[in-house]
Amino acid sequence: MYGWSGQVLRVDLSRGSIAKEPLRADWARDYVGGRGVGSKYLYEMMDPTIDPFAPDNPLIFATGPLTGTNASCGARYMVITKGPLTNCITTSNSGGHWGPELRFAGYDLVIVEGRATRPCYLWIYDDQVEIRDASRLWGKGVWATEDEVRTELGVPDAVVASIGPAGENLVRFAAIMNDKHRAAGRSGVGAVMGAKQLKAIAVRGTGAVSVADSRGFMEAMWAMKAKLKASPVTGQGLPTYGTAVLVNVINEHGMHPTRNWREGQFEGADALSGETITETRLVANKACFACTIACGRVTKLPEDAAAKFTVTMHPRNWRIAGEGPEYESGWALGSNCGISDLDGVLKANYLCNDLGMDPITMGGTVAAAMEMYEKGILSLKETGMPLEFGSAEALISMVERTAYRNGFGNELAEGSKRLCDKFGRPEFAMVSKGQEFPAYDPRGAQGMGLGYATSNRGGCHLKSYTISPEILGIPHKMDPTAVEGKAEITKLFQDVTSVVDASGLCIFPTFAIGLEDILPLLVTATGIPYTLESLLLAGERIWNLERIWNFRAGITGKDDALPKRLVAEPIPAGPMKGKVNRLAEMLPEYYRLRGWTADGRPTDEKLTELGLPALDAQAFRERRDRAMVRVEQEEGSTPQEIAEAIEKAFGAEGYVCRVAAAHDRARIDATSPDAASVTVTAERLADRHVGPSLVLPRSRLVVEVGAAERAACEKVVKLIEVALLRGGG
Amino acid sequence: MPQLLKIIPEKCTGCMQCELACAFVQVGAFQPSRSVIRVHVFDELAQYAPYTCFQCEEAWCMTACPVNAIAINPDTQAKVVLDNICVGCALCVIACPFGTIFLNPGTKKAFKCNLCDGDPACVRSCPTAAIEFAELDGKDWGVGPWAERINTNYAEALAGEER
Repeated sequence: MYGWSGQVLRVDLSRGSIAKEPLRADWARDYVGGRGVGSKYLYEMMDPTIDPFAPDNPLIFATGPLTGTNASCGARYMVITKGPLTNCITTSNSGGHWGPELRFAGYDLVIVEGRATRPCYLWIYDDQVEIRDASRLWGKGVWATEDEVRTELGVPDAVVASIGPAGENLVRFAAIMNDKHRAAGRSGVGAVMGAKQLKAIAVRGTGAVSVADSRGFMEAMWAMKAKLKASPVTGQGLPTYGTAVLVNVINEHGMHPTRNWREGQFEGADALSGETITETRLVANKACFACTIACGRVTKLPEDAAAKFTVTMHPRNWRIAGEGPEYESGWALGSNCGISDLDGVLKANYLCNDLGMDPITMGGTVAAAMEMYEKGILSLKETGMPLEFGSAEALISMVERTAYRNGFGNELAEGSKRLCDKFGRPEFAMVSKGQEFPAYDPRGAQGMGLGYATSNRGGCHLKSYTISPEILGIPHKMDPTAVEGKAEITKLFQDVTSVVDASGLCIFPTFAIGLEDILPLLVTATGIPYTLESLLLAGERIWNLERIWNFRAGITGKDDALPKRLVAEPIPAGPMKGKVNRLAEMLPEYYRLRGWTADGRPTDEKLTELGLPALDAQAFRERRDRAMVRVEQEEGSTPQEIAEAIEKAFGAEGYVCRVAAAHDRARIDATSPDAASVTVTAERLADRHVGPSLVLPRSRLVVEVGAAERAACEKVVKLIEVALLRGGG
Repeated sequence: MPQLLKIIPEKCTGCMQCELACAFVQVGAFQPSRSVIRVHVFDELAQYAPYTCFQCEEAWCMTACPVNAIAINPDTQAKVVLDNICVGCALCVIACPFGTIFLNPGTKKAFKCNLCDGDPACVRSCPTAAIEFAELDGKDWGVGPWAERINTNYAEALAGEER
């Protein structure tokens, strides 16, 4: 198998078991990798309605076929799980060196299931994998954790992805950090890791990532590199000023959200701009693995600022260099809270990195609290300190309190939606599907509003970055205030971005290259004859898979919405004065282009076309009944044969049964007589030898069938049991 | 005068493209653990230092080798390992003061930078030109300005201790 490593590492923390299984080649082909394959595994493995903090919510780390190659920016891995902030499927992306190291160790995916009874961390050294005790590390910040893990293991080259105190304390927007400053930031993936009592995953790989056609790959890679170098964005803007180069650009367009999105321009924006950071705080550029752009900013606080803002619960030496602020974190912790003190923002950013939190949601939540404080909805009694717009002191104190859930921080740790709902003012939460928006006001760029509203993981700029055509003019300039053509470009960007995320590339090269440049890389790496059409179809398939996952979790077309402020309150001043987002005009066309119903439900025709299971229960039932007949004919076979037959007949759904068949004992329950799903309890006896504190000898696997199919499903399990009794297993 | 690798750490961003290129010319796959150029990351200082064989004028690997398996390529002046003579004793690995010669765990032969026969892949792949293929006399090991700064830092550290 070229392109992919072909191996999946499955770790069950409840039982303390570690297993390696082959990567499903058909899934890899259809979903490319990374975000796509990870979402597919999540879809097949879990019941989307369960609590995100439940042990049954798997945490999937997925790389793509280009992760670990020398294709520019081929550094990315994805974390896929059910997000505690949104209750949607979440796909958080991070760079650095962790993803490639996982590839060199020989794995495409790491799937973490269950929950350990005490803090632990995972150590992957090529094919040797162990679960180690992390009691000593629990409570420590990300930076200290990484250094201590490396010291303990005695492997200085190990790359560590870990959570900070925020993840341990189940802050709903905790991040998973790697290389100290790189974050799989959004939707609270770190809290899921914290709920599993998993502090870190350390990886060291000495193996190789191979491509099918070396010469072709190198040619495509050089062509890509040349384009990146020639582009004004990836060749000059990002390397010189980092992502914060956008601060002045977006502010001048009047769509740089200020003071909880009340205004579109921030008077103090220049102090937070990439130009100012580069002139006054920059130490060096830093690249992720194989990146030829190097947008990362290593910065340092000036001597006098290191002591300026008191950090009480989390003392550390601020004289060392850290990273940030990026455009998003600088905006969220700066402009959105009305703060123009760069050192305050920098320190809050470092704190977020070390404590392991998403600065976008952190800033958005503090801004919402500041507005409620200003309006008198919150008082000193609740907050414990004045929360005024522009106060860096308040921000830093709140960041720290949030991570430790101390005082008012306990409310902030729930995110702005839950905070504002609690105090009865949901209109101050600038969220979609519960997730805070990033730094582009959709009242000034209509397409961005559609992207925010329809994103499968809530408010997010990384799934459809229409700022590119609307403001930057890449690949062609569109009028940001018009709604015409925005549904089409949003759908296209969403599909293309899904493929980029699945490939293992960063999203930034797409400023300079298109899908037609990524195509030869994927073809030569994997040896699979993808075409532009098949890749776009794969992107659409990934998007629709996430969509139906959300539908099964209870997130429907009604949730494709923007807060009242963005659709009814015009921007008060600046170039975009008087503008609102006209989501209602774009949404019907978007649904039509997607092939969904008028209320945003994927139709069975569309899903069939994409090779996805139908949302409609009837079609699902028919397939299953057909499969039952096939399986009955197989009676008397070994469990392996039965499992294969089930899988063949059921297709993807059979995967769950296959897992059940791999266990020693299987039982089937319905949660209630008319339940929509039944539960297969599978027991594996072979793992009994694992130390007693880590054993939980049961895992619950959910097969999605109606109550009517219960009998049929029971038959399957009986067959498995019969075969096991015959000594096959 | 021979051309050698001149490394300018100030320009390095730590992207590892040189490691990937180096491994690729050797094994035809992306495997940084097989690269003979390594980027050392000084995390808290935000400094990255690629280092590889300096092709020392007085090469201790050659002196240490009991079977004379390390020879000088007359075209590039690079010290190269002759696979058919190397017996895998690893004395060169121990002798090298810079840790830039390695033992392949599979073949049990030493391997090191051979300047890619005069067209180094790391130089081509570096996006910031932090590695140059330049005419050097080999005496300053290709790290002149950087070595000078390290020496200054060292002098300062000594002075600080005295205070």
